[in-house]
Amino acid sequence: MEFWKLFARNRSAVMGMVILVSILLMAISAPLFFPADPFSLVGQSMSPPGQNGFLLGSDSLGRDVAAGIAHGAKTSLLIGLLATLVAVFVGVIMGALAGYYGGLVDNLLMRTTEMFQTIPSFLFAILLVAIMKPSINSIVIAIAVVSWPAVARLVRGEFLSLRNREFVQACHTLGMGDIRIMLGEILPNCLSPIIVIGSLMVASAILIESGLAFLGLGDPNIMSWGFQIGAGRTLLRSAWWVCTFPGIAILLTVLAINLVGEGLNDALNPRLREHS
Amino acid sequence: MTRLLEIKDLHVGLPAGGQRKFAVEATNLHLDANEILCVVGESGSGKSLTARAIMGLLPKPHVHIAKGQVNFLGEDLAAASEARLRKIRGSEISMIFQEPMTALNPVMTIGNQIDEVFRFHKKMPGTERRSRALELLHDVQLPEPEQALAAYPHQLSGGQRQRAMIAMALALDPKILIADEPTTALDVTTQAQVLRLIKQMQKTHGTGVVFITHDFGVVADIADRVAVMQNGLVVETGTTDEVLRKPTHPYTQALMAAVPSLLPRAARPRSDKTVLRVNGLTKTYSGGGGLFGGKARVVHAAKEVTFDLTRGETLGIVGESGSGKSTVARCIVRLNDAEAGEILLGDADLRPLGRAAMRPHRAQIQMVFQDPFASLNPRSKVGRIIAQGPELYGASRSEARDRALELLRIVGLDDRAYDRFPHEFSGGQRQRIGIARALALEPKILVADEPVSALDVSIQAQILNLLEEIRDRMNLSMIFITHDLRVAAQVCDRIAVMQRGEVVEIGPTAELFANPQHPYTAELLAAVPGKGWFSAENKSLPQTS
Repeated sequence: MEFWKLFARNRSAVMGMVILVSILLMAISAPLFFPADPFSLVGQSMSPPGQNGFLLGSDSLGRDVAAGIAHGAKTSLLIGLLATLVAVFVGVIMGALAGYYGGLVDNLLMRTTEMFQTIPSFLFAILLVAIMKPSINSIVIAIAVVSWPAVARLVRGEFLSLRNREFVQACHTLGMGDIRIMLGEILPNCLSPIIVIGSLMVASAILIESGLAFLGLGDPNIMSWGFQIGAGRTLLRSAWWVCTFPGIAILLTVLAINLVGEGLNDALNPRLREHS
Repeated sequence: MTRLLEIKDLHVGLPAGGQRKFAVEATNLHLDANEILCVVGESGSGKSLTARAIMGLLPKPHVHIAKGQVNFLGEDLAAASEARLRKIRGSEISMIFQEPMTALNPVMTIGNQIDEVFRFHKKMPGTERRSRALELLHDVQLPEPEQALAAYPHQLSGGQRQRAMIAMALALDPKILIADEPTTALDVTTQAQVLRLIKQMQKTHGTGVVFITHDFGVVADIADRVAVMQNGLVVETGTTDEVLRKPTHPYTQALMAAVPSLLPRAARPRSDKTVLRVNGLTKTYSGGGGLFGGKARVVHAAKEVTFDLTRGETLGIVGESGSGKSTVARCIVRLNDAEAGEILLGDADLRPLGRAAMRPHRAQIQMVFQDPFASLNPRSKVGRIIAQGPELYGASRSEARDRALELLRIVGLDDRAYDRFPHEFSGGQRQRIGIARALALEPKILVADEPVSALDVSIQAQILNLLEEIRDRMNLSMIFITHDLRVAAQVCDRIAVMQRGEVVEIGPTAELFANPQHPYTAELLAAVPGKGWFSAENKSLPQTS
């Protein structure tokens, strides 16, 4: 309860939360309002918004842009969440092991992490998807692979500073096992930064997914905002609505998630709270 | 005598919604030239904020002067502009802090930092500034002032850093020096030297000094006048003689009574049953090295440490920082691995045991930690913290719960503590929780690493009493690590004095205090602040003044 009060003090975070919840509702209710497959050709092509029964217009093949956005919301959120979960999972394990054991383990894991970080992440993601064939699985894996190093570094830092704290040493003197100390004692103390970085990572995962789809590396069977923009790219001057509305959808979603992430950061990090 | 400073009806306001409306309330203080005023109080008494209010260094806007005057030679600093305050700071009123490492800029040499003070406030040619700086470092008795000038803060020891801070503070010959716990972070012997230095500098310059401290021993050594603060109020003021000899306010009396006496308490018969024998324990740390070799530095943290501990006895390990006393404690509870020697618990040598082999012995030796704020997991409920030990050794949930509740009662907390989080408790209460956790496994030996040094004196006494009561009740043996000889005198049956990793002297407390064999022991004893005032059997009779 106290947490929500703190969170609500940040007006823009509440605003972000509202936008995010509406996008979520839109994704859930998409099959209700647009029962047809968003890929199906449902009417006249290149209709401007509001004409021929198209709320947001249609594209060059006569697909409904509004239906695409509603169904694409599901794709974006799903991929963003899944990829983040995988990345956080991998990152926490790597970071925890490196930070807790230090020494050789730390060296090994961190050098591995750095190897991943030397390749520009978007190019790396393109490469991975191209190798694995575009599908929802390969996209999630590619995004997770390029995102986990940031989590690993963060978690490592937290574990490094916490493992020498006296309460952890007290657990050692009790004879507690390593895994129990890591999961039961240290991890709960670094959940707040993990939640914050995770929430921000959802936003960047959505951006990467859109970028991949824009380049034609999305799952060909699933409607996505990036795919819509890619498809409408050549028509930008003759049919502006095909690109514009999915673009606004991406903008709003990423903005909302960033605002929520900031809000979480303010609410969870008591030291930063003072400044606001 | 000139009246330098007159604080009238000072109120320092705290942000709304806190526990108190004012951090400092209706405070009247004054300071004359050539005198040392000690402001004494426990944590949260408002003594530091009073000092900061004088300097205009309050963390604004949350904390601010709500009412009152700070008259400095007739000028009200509470109403002065920021620009005027900047002029005054450093040149007219300067300040030294508790931790010189954080108060000095780590990337500037001492020479540059002193130079800065001159450049900000006066027009002087560079060569003159340098010679003045050199002279100052010479005055504060830094060895090799030339080298100190070119040194970075981390290259100096704690005492040397504090000397450099003092040199900087006195650079422009200020009329007032404010010292906020300047010796708290230092070892006793260094503390004694720095106190002597402050007194000496104050005499030669005729400075008025406001000295903030929590330690009545320091007060006795240095103060001309004393102001005692409690919860933001000045409860008693007077000359050192008056206040220490005849404290009138009950709080002052209680504080003075809580200062442990240096007179060792009566010896107790020693059991002949040895529970722990430490033999030739050696631990080295090597620094440097790194990926590409390079020369490694080897430091002996513990060198051939040997002692034994009998049933029901408290053995004190006393020494300054870096003496290796904590290392020994940590080696015994196997938080650190010693390289050589034996740790004999009964017949078993614990030193070479691996983690799994050590586990069955863990329950017998438990530890109480120094920092009551870092030693409890902030995300665990108190009940969990205590109960998890027994659970690890096979107790059922309800058994562990009953045990935890019983322990909470033993350490003087009520059952409701079980479901609360550590942050809801004060420092002293948290230390009680830490003790309960250590007792949960019914150990034979309790290793207490500076268990009271983070606590206020009045709470110190309670925790020491609790430890003693528990030791007798459970027939525990205790290893008590401390830097404070007063505490050691009250708690320990025998004391081992450590210096640079070696035990230089070990013996029964009374003998060791009355007739120290090793020169270092004698030096430590001589450095205890307020020796003259608080060592006598009857505390109200000073032996020296």
